[in-house]
Amino acid sequence: MKNNKTIPAENTQSWNFLFFVWLIASIGTLTSLFFSEVVQLPVCVLCWYQRIALYPLVLILPLALFPYDVKVIRYITPLVIFGWFVALFHVLVVAGVIPESVQPCVQDIPCSEIHFTLLGFLNIPIMSLLTFSFIGLLLFLSKKSFTRNFHE
Amino acid sequence: MNNKNIFISAAVSLGIIFIAVITVYKSQGTTAVADEKLSALMRIDAPVKGGEQAKVTIVEFFDPACETCRQFYPFINNIVKKYQGRVNVVMRYAPLHKGSEDVVKMLEAAHIQGKFWPAVELLFSNQHRWVEHHVSNPQSALAGIKTLPLDHDKLDRDWQSSQVAKTIAQDITDGKILKVRATPQFFVNGKPLIVFGYDELASLVEEAVAEAY
Repeated sequence: MKNNKTIPAENTQSWNFLFFVWLIASIGTLTSLFFSEVVQLPVCVLCWYQRIALYPLVLILPLALFPYDVKVIRYITPLVIFGWFVALFHVLVVAGVIPESVQPCVQDIPCSEIHFTLLGFLNIPIMSLLTFSFIGLLLFLSKKSFTRNFHE
Repeated sequence: MNNKNIFISAAVSLGIIFIAVITVYKSQGTTAVADEKLSALMRIDAPVKGGEQAKVTIVEFFDPACETCRQFYPFINNIVKKYQGRVNVVMRYAPLHKGSEDVVKMLEAAHIQGKFWPAVELLFSNQHRWVEHHVSNPQSALAGIKTLPLDHDKLDRDWQSSQVAKTIAQDITDGKILKVRATPQFFVNGKPLIVFGYDELASLVEEAVAEAY
């Protein structure tokens, strides 16, 4: 098979991690589109910055999965770090740690507004922060398992 | 299963789940505005058009500077005409554009002289002359309204009066209660138009008429 040539057996695990990153990014993208386009929740500025970091992963990662190209981890890490920090900022705004006057929101869409909460704590910014954290962890694991196998 | 198949099946499943969730969500239908918020829909003396005894009321939150409101205007007229007295439309102000707050005051001042409908029609048809890059120019809007046969001095006094300011403030407050974040926003007998569009509005009205008559 063509794939077996492009993904050496010892890097299967690294590939799997990266595949899960794509899966999570896609689920996150579809979820955010569902909330904004179908439920029609207003999208505040901070959400847009996080989308900028998340959406490209959905399109770029498949190119690195076929054929497997571990360098993509290097290229998408800045996006993930950027998204993680914006999500953290957003969570702090919602939690009231960062005062409302500091937040860069325009057009009457306050970023501090919470539209719904799951399980008592899971609002949209927290979901975003968890998503970026999980993606970061998986990228790290993917990179680690790749280099280890590479040296063997 | 090789990796490519895993990827393709994951992508296809995500797409199917996404479409399924949207379908389920949309099939839930429109639920009416909660009872405690219903009072925010109406304001006595708000401009109204259509049958006096109409059992179906469309409430439109609008901004005269909003392009989509202008595009919907003839459509709303057609609905009112089509149902011949069974449907009326109530206009509420939602000045979301910069500068629009003064323009809606002028409209309300025209309304005091019974000239709301000609004034709003005029503002819509000349929208490009007094709205530039989504910013209203109240002075050119006022100049436009003054081409109508009405008492200019009274108009000038009224639009700056505290009574008109109070009316506008109430509409803005009610808009916030009803979560009007974009214009036009329609409510048909208390049910908000969720999926935006001509056809969706038409069917919401049709349902309400079928229910009421």
